[in-house]
Amino acid sequence: MVKEIERAGIPVVHMCTVVPISKTIGANRIIPAIGIPYPLGDPHLGEEGSYKLRMKLVKRALKALQTPVDGQTVFE
Amino acid sequence: MDKIRVVHYINNFFAGIGGEEKADIPPEIRPGTVGPGLALQQGLGDEFEVVATAICGDSHFGANLEEDTAKLLDMIAEYKPQLFVAGPAFNAGRYGVACGTMAKAVEEKLGIPVVTGMYVENPGVDMFRKDLFIIATGDSAADMRKSMPKMAALAKKLAKGEEVLGPSVEGYHERGIRVNYFADVRGSERGIQMLLKKMAKQPFETEYPMPVFDRVPPAPPVTDMKHAKIAVVTSGGIVPQGNPDHIESSSATKWGLYSIEGMDHMDKKDFMTIHGGYDRAFVTEDPDLVVPLDVLRELEKEGEFGELANYFITTTGTGTSTGNAKRFGEEFVPKLLEDNITAVILTST
Amino acid sequence: MRLELGKIHIKDVQFGAETKVEAGVLYVNEEAIRKLVLEDERIIGCRVELAHPGESCRITPVKDVLEPRVKVSGGGEIFPGALNKVGQVGSGRTHCLDGACVVTVGKIVGFQEGVIDMSGPAADYCPFSKTQNVCVVIEPKDGLETHDYEQAGRMVGLKVANYLGEFARDLEPDEVVVYETKPLLEQIAEYPDLPKVGYLHMLQSQGLLHDTFYYGVDAKTFIPTLMYPTEIMDGAIVSGNCVAPCDKVTTYHHFHNPVIEDLYKHHGKDLNFVGVILTNENVFLADKERCSDMVAKLAKYIGLDGILITEEGYGNPDTDLMMNCRKVQQAGVDVVLITDEFPGRDGKSLSLADACNEADALASCGNGNVVIHFPPMDRLIGMTDYIEMQIGGWAGCKNDDGSFDAEIQIIIASTIANGFNKLAARGY
Repeated sequence: MVKEIERAGIPVVHMCTVVPISKTIGANRIIPAIGIPYPLGDPHLGEEGSYKLRMKLVKRALKALQTPVDGQTVFE
Repeated sequence: MDKIRVVHYINNFFAGIGGEEKADIPPEIRPGTVGPGLALQQGLGDEFEVVATAICGDSHFGANLEEDTAKLLDMIAEYKPQLFVAGPAFNAGRYGVACGTMAKAVEEKLGIPVVTGMYVENPGVDMFRKDLFIIATGDSAADMRKSMPKMAALAKKLAKGEEVLGPSVEGYHERGIRVNYFADVRGSERGIQMLLKKMAKQPFETEYPMPVFDRVPPAPPVTDMKHAKIAVVTSGGIVPQGNPDHIESSSATKWGLYSIEGMDHMDKKDFMTIHGGYDRAFVTEDPDLVVPLDVLRELEKEGEFGELANYFITTTGTGTSTGNAKRFGEEFVPKLLEDNITAVILTST
Repeated sequence: MRLELGKIHIKDVQFGAETKVEAGVLYVNEEAIRKLVLEDERIIGCRVELAHPGESCRITPVKDVLEPRVKVSGGGEIFPGALNKVGQVGSGRTHCLDGACVVTVGKIVGFQEGVIDMSGPAADYCPFSKTQNVCVVIEPKDGLETHDYEQAGRMVGLKVANYLGEFARDLEPDEVVVYETKPLLEQIAEYPDLPKVGYLHMLQSQGLLHDTFYYGVDAKTFIPTLMYPTEIMDGAIVSGNCVAPCDKVTTYHHFHNPVIEDLYKHHGKDLNFVGVILTNENVFLADKERCSDMVAKLAKYIGLDGILITEEGYGNPDTDLMMNCRKVQQAGVDVVLITDEFPGRDGKSLSLADACNEADALASCGNGNVVIHFPPMDRLIGMTDYIEMQIGGWAGCKNDDGSFDAEIQIIIASTIANGFNKLAARGY
C-alpha cells in the first residue's frame, strides 16, 4: 500500500514497529513505533504519558513528511 | 461430439500481410486458419477446430491498445471460442506485448483457457508470466516447428481441464505462482538433506528463492504543511464496532474507509480491532494507539498542518498477500488524489 | 541426556466404565475427565467426545492437541512447571499413548482456533485426522476474561493428557526408542569427523493466543538458551498459542518435533546433532535484535557447522526468522530455514513478509492461503458458529448445510512451519 501511495506522488510516512519489514517492502520514510500491541503510545505510562509519546511520534512523522530523502530513511 | 472451438491470434507479418511497413493495419478476423494456424491445428488434432484467426498490426495495436483490445475481443467473442492461442511471438517485443494483452483480456472477459509463446527475453514474458501460460520458445520463427506443438499440447490440457504440471515439464516460463503438492518426504528431512549439501559445499536447490522487491522512488516532501491535507491509512485492523464490511482478521482481501468526521479521538465505543496478529487488549481499550486521531486533531487545531481528511482507510496487515496490499493501494489511491490529499500517515502494528 | 521413549500403540479409543488401555484400545471414563476439568471454576461445562479417523466428523474450534505421556523414571514429571512441579526432565524413561490425542475444543478466544476434519478433503492436510482423538469440549463461565479463558483452556489440555498418560505408566511398550545427546564437549568428541549440527527452535511469544512456555516460563520473558533435545519429549515446552491454526505448533508437535526426530535419525551417521537453541518471537524490535544477536552468539559459541531454523506464525515473525538467518549465517554457520508460505489464494504474491540474501536454502511447508471445500459432516464436535471469523474463513464462506469454503490455514497444523507434514509449495 505504501508503494502505491508513493507511486501516485503522495508522500507517505510509515509508522511501524517492525522496521525491517517496512524496509523490505520499500517504504521510504519510516518512523519506528513502540510495539506491536501498542504502536503509537504506551498504556503503561498512563493516559497522559501515552498521549505525550504519541504526540512526539506524530510530530516526528510530520517532520519526516517535510524532509527530502534520497532513499529509505528511518527517522529515529 | 462437437469439436472444441479455437481462435488464434497473430500479427500482420505471420498473416502474410507485408512486413514492418504494414504493421499499422487495424484489427480484423478471418474464418479458419492463417499462416502458423495450420501448425496449431495439426498440433491440436481432430477434437479441435481453429474456427478463426484474429489479426492486427503490432504498431497499430501498440498505438491503440485499449481500443484494439476491445475491438478484437468483440470479433473473437462472435466465434464463441472455448480456447484461445496467441502467437508465438518469439523475440518480437511489440508482438509479445500484443499476444500477452490479448490472451489476458480473453481469459478475463471470455473466461476461457489461453496460451501464448515467447522467447525468454521478450518483454512480454515479465509483463504477463504471472497471468498467463507462456510457452518458452526460441528467439526466431525458425523455432516454429518446435514451439507450436508445445503450445498445442498445453492448450489441449487446459481446454480439457487436465492437470498442468510444472514449468520444466510443460515447457512454459515459470509464472512465480506458488502451488502446493505433497512431497515424498516431510519438510524437516528435506531441510536436513539441504543442510548436509550446503555444509559440504555441494550444489543444493532452495524450495523458495528469495524475491526481489520492487522499489518506488520517494515522493517529494511536503513544502507547505500549514495548508497540507493529511489522511491516515492503517494496517492495524481498526474498524467500526461490529466490523460492518467483514474485513478478515488475517490474510485480508478487503479494505474499508470510515468516517472520523466531528470526532476528536478514536472512542472504543465506536471502534474495535479485528487484527488477528497481536494481543488486542490494549488497542481495544484505546484505538488511538493505532489511529492517532486525538493527537492529529490537536495538531490540526494548533495549525501544525492544514486539515485532516474526514475519514481513515483500514485493513488487516497480518498475512495479507503483497498482491492484495498492492490492489488495496491501487483501489484507494484515486480517492486520495480526488480529495487532494497532500500526504499520508500509514500506521502498522 | 539419555531418554527411552516407550510407545504404547493405540489403535482405537472407546468409552468405558474405567479408564484403561487394553490390547491397543484406550478406554476412557468420561465422568472422571469431566470431574477433573470442572475442578476449575472458570469452566462450567465439559463434554467428552471421541473421534476416529475416517468418520464423517468435524471438530472445531480446536485450541490445542496433546499426546498422553507419563514420566516413568529419570526424575521430573511431564509438563514440568506448567502443570506438574518444576524439575529437570529429559532423562530416564517416558511412556506415551502413541496414536491417541487429547483435543481441547470450545468457543473461540480470538480468531485463531482451527478445524479438524476426520475425513474428506481437509483430512489430507491435518495430522490429527489420522489419530484417535479424545475431544474435551469446554464451556467457560459467562464473561470470563480472554486471558483467563485461554489459560483455563490450556490447563484442561495439560490435565487430561497427564491423566490419560498416567495409565501408560505400568504398561509394556510396543516399541522403545532411545534418544541420547551427551554434554557438549563429549558429544563433539564422539563424532569428531561429522559436521556439528544444531536446531534453532523459535517459540511463538507475542501475547494472548501467541504464547509458549518453557518449564512454565513465558517464552517472551526469557533470553535465548540451550536445551537438550530430549527435554522437549518430556513436555518441557507447552503451547499456549493458536497463532493461525495452520501453523500452530501444538503441544503434540513439541513432543514430536520433526526436526529433532529427523536429526536423531541422522545422528552419528552423517552429522553430529549437538543440541537445540531456543529463542522467541517478540513484539518489540529491540527484543528481536537482542535475541537474534544472542542466537548467533550461541550458535558460534557451541561450535556449530550448520543449523536448521523453524518459526511459528507468519507476518512479523518472518522478520525474526530473517534476522536469525542473516546473523547466524554471517557468524559462519550454514543455515537452512523451514517455513510455510502465504503468497495469496492465487499463489502469485510474495510468500514471506521479509527476506534476506542469506536465506538461500529454504524448505517449504506449503501455501496456507489455498482455498478448499469443507463438505458437510454427519457429526460436529464443538460448534461452527465462528467459522466465518476464524482465520482462513470469511464472511459468507459458510453454507446452510454446514459445508464451507476456507483457506487451508483454518486447518490445525496444515502448514505447520517445522516440516512435520509432507505438504510443500513450488514455483509454477
